[in-house]
Amino acid sequence: MAQRVGMEVSVAIGEIVKLANTDVVSAYPITPQTHIVEHLAELVADGELDAEYIPVESEHSAMSACLGSAATGARTFTATAGQGLELMHEVLYVASSMRLPIVMTVANRALSSPLSVWSDHSDAMACRDTGWIQIFVENGQEAVDNTLCAFRIAEDNNVLLPVMIHLDGFHVSHVIEPILLPEQSQVDAFLPKNNYPLPLDTDKPVAMGDFGPPVIYTEAKWAQEVNLRKSKETILKVWQEFGKSFSRYYKPVECYRCEDADTLLLTMGSYSETAMTTIDKMRGEGKKIGLIRIRLWRPFPFEEFRQAVKDIKTLIVLDRAISFGGPGGPVCSEIRSALYSQNNRPEIVSFIGGLGGRDITVAGFEEIINSGMEIAETGSDNEFEIFGVRE
Amino acid sequence: MTKKEDELTWKDLEIGAVITEPGNASQYRTGDWRTQKPVHDFSRCIKCGLCMIYCPEACRFQNKEGYFEADLFYCKGCGICYRECPTMVITMEEE
Repeated sequence: MAQRVGMEVSVAIGEIVKLANTDVVSAYPITPQTHIVEHLAELVADGELDAEYIPVESEHSAMSACLGSAATGARTFTATAGQGLELMHEVLYVASSMRLPIVMTVANRALSSPLSVWSDHSDAMACRDTGWIQIFVENGQEAVDNTLCAFRIAEDNNVLLPVMIHLDGFHVSHVIEPILLPEQSQVDAFLPKNNYPLPLDTDKPVAMGDFGPPVIYTEAKWAQEVNLRKSKETILKVWQEFGKSFSRYYKPVECYRCEDADTLLLTMGSYSETAMTTIDKMRGEGKKIGLIRIRLWRPFPFEEFRQAVKDIKTLIVLDRAISFGGPGGPVCSEIRSALYSQNNRPEIVSFIGGLGGRDITVAGFEEIINSGMEIAETGSDNEFEIFGVRE
Repeated sequence: MTKKEDELTWKDLEIGAVITEPGNASQYRTGDWRTQKPVHDFSRCIKCGLCMIYCPEACRFQNKEGYFEADLFYCKGCGICYRECPTMVITMEEE
């Protein structure tokens, strides 16, 4: 029977990657992801994990090696953060277009400059059009559980797409938490063998990543889009089956005290846990406030999201990234677009905060909610409100 | 390929647009890139084969009489054969 053990979340991710019997790890260390790949390097060096560990000279090479590895049908893992994810950027598109089931942990980190090793979501949001499945987690246990689910989702023959698990750098990656790691037998029962349908095979040669002239490119891209949208069915099924096996259930849109709420705050990632404390406090004061978190960022869960906000008056969205010179936070602009066609849509107020690791405290979230409700009443000429900036 | 490329639907593609049929690039018409085509006066031809050697598309073949013709399905009309032919067999004509 599995026991809760206090361990650093990065180490726990290394452990679940080992339990998943990963064949290839190709990675380049970058703060705040380093401990994950360091721990995996140790496990391989100590003979605890029988995997090929490819130390590469850059993240661009790390992802490129992952392409080759996944194309042979090997179970493939990598991890990165911030600038490292940006250096991978062009290869990310190749992984999803070639339908290669790679699992990658992203320890979300703010982008330079000024140089910041601390977390926000600017790196994650810069990847939203790359065709990867993107899942946000809020704590260590969710990171471990979803990493295991990610292998099963990615390798499912109805999906065959790469998956990013986003966890906030330091706030999740470096925290020591009580983690419930599954037993090897439980993992083996949950995660079938990787069975990539068209692997590189000298007896049955195929050509991958080929030339796509105008006559075929649109068809290739539409096939990719249909497949990513459809992957939601499998993601829901895998989460459901994970729940049955491990008694922890995950949903694409998570609601906290949303019942009978007039106003909802929307967050993603680790700050949601602080926000919950604020919600508890304000609920205690009789305010009808709840919290929703988007766990599944890609494919975007339109149906579940619209359902979750259909009866509310005000939706306050906190983004931890800026779309410079654009409509505000990337999350909020997508939320606005998802609700534009709806007859009953709430007033939407956009906040940007928590950039580059800046804390938002319980009192901070209270301020965001109160001022968001006020703006919903009075209106605002701003595309978004910036939270916590010193004038 | 069971279908021509302009008849393939998105559902016909293999996962990740993987190609399972070896050498199917030979079905790709590059001849429609051409604005000029080579025309031959074989009365001057010495059958040296330099046009075939220089052709970057490898689209020249020897016909029954031993003269070198261009396969216009692939010929992109670059004119290198015209430039290299020592006996000026080839002229380039607008399509």
